Amino acid sequence: MNFLLHPLILVTFFPLLGVLVILFINRENKTVIRWVALITSLVTFGISLWVLALFHPADPNLQMVVDVPWIEVAGWRISFLMGIDGMSILLVLLTTFLTPISILSTWTAVEERVKEFMIFFLLLEVGMVGVFLSLDLFLFYVFWEFTLVPMYFLIGIWGGPNRVYAAVKFFLYTMAGSILMLLAILWLGISQGTFSVPELIANASIPANIQFWLFLAFAAAFAIKVPMWPLHSWLPDAHVEAPTAGSVILAGVLLKMGTYGFLRFNLSLFPSASIRLAPFIGVLAVIGILYGAMVSYAQKDVKKLVAYSSVSHLGFVMLGLFAINLQGIEGGILQMVNHGISTGALFLLVGMIYERRHTREMDAFGGLWKVLPVYATLTLIVTLSSMGLPGLNGFVGEFTILLGAFGSQALNSPWFAALAAIGVILAAVYLLYMFQKLFLGPVDKEENRVLLDLNFREIVTIVPLLILIFWIGLYPSPFFNLMQASVTKLVETMQVAAMAGLP
Amino acid sequence: MTLGVLSTNLINILPLSIVVLWACVLLLVDLFIPKDSKAWTAVLSAVGMLVAMGLSIAQFGVDTQAFGGMLRIDGFSQFLTILVLGSGLVAVMLSYDYLTRLGIQRGEYYVLLMFSISGIMLMSMAADLIVVFLALELLSIPLYVLAGFARPRTDSEEAAIKYFLLGAFASGFLVYGVAIVFGATGFTGLTEVLQAIEGGSANLTLLAVGAALILVGLSFKVAAVPFHMWTPDVYQGAPSSVTAFMAIGAKVGGFAALMRIFVTSLGALAVDFTAVLWGIAAVTMILGNIVAIAQKNIKRMLAYSSIAQAGYILMALVPYGQKEIAQDAIAAALLYLIAYALMSFAAWAVVITLEKAEGKGLELSDYAGLGRKYPVLAIIMTVSMLSFTGIPPTLGFVGKFYLFRSVVDGGFIWLAIIGVLTSLVSAYYYLRVVIYMYMQEGEPTVHRDNWVYLMAAATGIGMVLLGIFSLPLLNWAYQAAISAF
Repeated sequence: MNFLLHPLILVTFFPLLGVLVILFINRENKTVIRWVALITSLVTFGISLWVLALFHPADPNLQMVVDVPWIEVAGWRISFLMGIDGMSILLVLLTTFLTPISILSTWTAVEERVKEFMIFFLLLEVGMVGVFLSLDLFLFYVFWEFTLVPMYFLIGIWGGPNRVYAAVKFFLYTMAGSILMLLAILWLGISQGTFSVPELIANASIPANIQFWLFLAFAAAFAIKVPMWPLHSWLPDAHVEAPTAGSVILAGVLLKMGTYGFLRFNLSLFPSASIRLAPFIGVLAVIGILYGAMVSYAQKDVKKLVAYSSVSHLGFVMLGLFAINLQGIEGGILQMVNHGISTGALFLLVGMIYERRHTREMDAFGGLWKVLPVYATLTLIVTLSSMGLPGLNGFVGEFTILLGAFGSQALNSPWFAALAAIGVILAAVYLLYMFQKLFLGPVDKEENRVLLDLNFREIVTIVPLLILIFWIGLYPSPFFNLMQASVTKLVETMQVAAMAGLP
Repeated sequence: MTLGVLSTNLINILPLSIVVLWACVLLLVDLFIPKDSKAWTAVLSAVGMLVAMGLSIAQFGVDTQAFGGMLRIDGFSQFLTILVLGSGLVAVMLSYDYLTRLGIQRGEYYVLLMFSISGIMLMSMAADLIVVFLALELLSIPLYVLAGFARPRTDSEEAAIKYFLLGAFASGFLVYGVAIVFGATGFTGLTEVLQAIEGGSANLTLLAVGAALILVGLSFKVAAVPFHMWTPDVYQGAPSSVTAFMAIGAKVGGFAALMRIFVTSLGALAVDFTAVLWGIAAVTMILGNIVAIAQKNIKRMLAYSSIAQAGYILMALVPYGQKEIAQDAIAAALLYLIAYALMSFAAWAVVITLEKAEGKGLELSDYAGLGRKYPVLAIIMTVSMLSFTGIPPTLGFVGKFYLFRSVVDGGFIWLAIIGVLTSLVSAYYYLRVVIYMYMQEGEPTVHRDNWVYLMAAATGIGMVLLGIFSLPLLNWAYQAAISAF
């Protein structure tokens, strides 16, 4: 019983309780189902706040560790090992925070098969939180691969016209990466005799030449998920076809599983390979930043534009992580949260206009500021945050990352930061272009004159995100405090390992 | 042999004796059961299998032999016996209503099923090549008959004759192989063959030829490429309830013999046969999975999928020469056989529920809209497909995880890479079933039968629960594997 009441177990598996309740509700009772799902996700968010209250930011080690033997047979110990530290706590909070918001956004958008939708959504939450908390490679893989299933259904059943293609592409692409990781996990289990990440880090006994291959195998899974250029081609399809709530979670959390994977596994387990390969990852990240930005500018569909902007933004995160210094990694983690908030909000806003007009073509709009003042103001703030305007959240993250990249020994060239800075300018270009197309100018389409502004529920969906946008933008130190100790420890151990590993 | 010795032997193999005897008696009893109450025959055969299963469980921890060492009763045989009796029970549950519906309800069906099961049980105990041959015939001949059970439907008859002709051919290979092994070593008992090899009195070249022929014969039974040609046609033509059993029973029998023979006595040939098995496993996984993509008929798709699955299990035999790893590998194969039985039966139960008379209702497009109209069936099918693909948290994932483990551990990293890549390919066609069920509109109709539903639900829940709590099953598989050495 104690096991089940452990805060980390609760925060991971509480949504299952909601699933169980929903299973027994008649499918015609859509409102009840929605409320049960919303309350479940809100309670889960509450539990994650409890976890935050129990968390000691000054302690760099894993906290609230759950370690239960799971499958112990023939010399192999697979355990149910979970823990939280400064690298994961923000992402757990982000997940539990975005889930109720996404559920709220489906209130009128999803009318078909509400029961199944909510079940898949809550199952997805279990998988995502599990990914961020598990510290046993087997357990991690179980959660990692499991998240594919509900997302596949969310895209495939409730998506746009081309949904089946997008869903299958999403599934096969991501699975292609993860099976290589599975082999690497097996290899680690066989040669190191353990799947426990803390133990593997403590042993630090993976030979440098093998680290290289293991790094690549893990990176295959994570780079597809992030997605890094040139493995990003599943992302626009999945995003455009997914329902709004699916896009929010996909951009907000699922992509972070990739960057988090790099941080938790690649950097921590294979330090010498990470340092060796950092410039290569840096190059891909910078290409992603510039390529994503340029392709965004070429889009006519708002949702596609936002989707490609994710490629660009996550390029920043990757650049920060592989700067392998304090600023870079801290900025990277914060930028993961920022991207979740800003892009999540953008997808919500796109979804709201789509619900009204049933199109996302930028040419179909224009002059919306006059018709929808509230909507326009909110969109402006979110757009500016995504652009990285000082005073809003995006700036803090990107600035810290660029700072880290400039001073990085691992990247060892100021060009990375210089080129990435161009990405910031390009972001301003495509985002302002989008804003102009939608909101400025005359209202030249008749259909647009009669649109209704946001209702109370929609404002409630967006406002929590806006609060965070301002909070992180004006006073980010509580967020940095949460991760500082853990990141410092990671950077230190990496430097030690690098010294030992390099000839 | 005195009567006393004979009875000791028969008691040692009591579960098998019971099944054989019960089947013989049932054949007579069935004559007195009226045509419209064949449910009694079904129930009686199920009771017989339950009794045998109980006796087999009671033999826990026994390690003995019978009939002068020709049969070996140990954890390995017990594991497979329980698995195959369980499969038999499930097959009876699947069959009764289906046979009535198709108008082919005849008492011999259950008797033939029991004879085939006794053949598989015998195979799991075989410690002598002669017994392997005997068991192979005992398991195959009833299956040939069962494949043609829907006569005079031509595709059923075609399936039976095809299966019989090719099966007889494969048996010929096996017998010839046994004869050559005998010629090379002077023995047919597996331990004696091993002693002859270790004693240096064996002609190794001749032995390798014999072993290769045995491998051909058994590869046919497990439907490994390139001996798989019969599979799609037979799986499609035979009545679905027969196919469901054949897909598991014949494979269990074939793998039981392969594992026993290669691990017990052919370690000396590992240098050559590792490469051969490597090749067969790789080709089987590649061909099975790729050709399955092209299938539009669910029975053919499952047939190719079963070929691919045989490839995954064959991977476990590749490192058979490395003793430490071989134990892990055999345990992984045994675990995977259980996983395979569960997911396969779940899928076939859904197929049987949707199948209509005259072979209708078997196209993939007939599954459109199932998720909306019959959510429970669709979920079971989905879990089965995910388990086949190897997505956690299902038993299929745990099974594949341990299979890949033994392959990587044995140093065959490329085989493991082929394995995972073909798993990726398989995701494509397994997911297509899910796409039809959930993402296409349609009005499927099903035939509801409580026994089939119960069985489908049990296997579905089993796949997930055992996927999460796989420890007891793994422990059991390890004990069984260790006892085989």
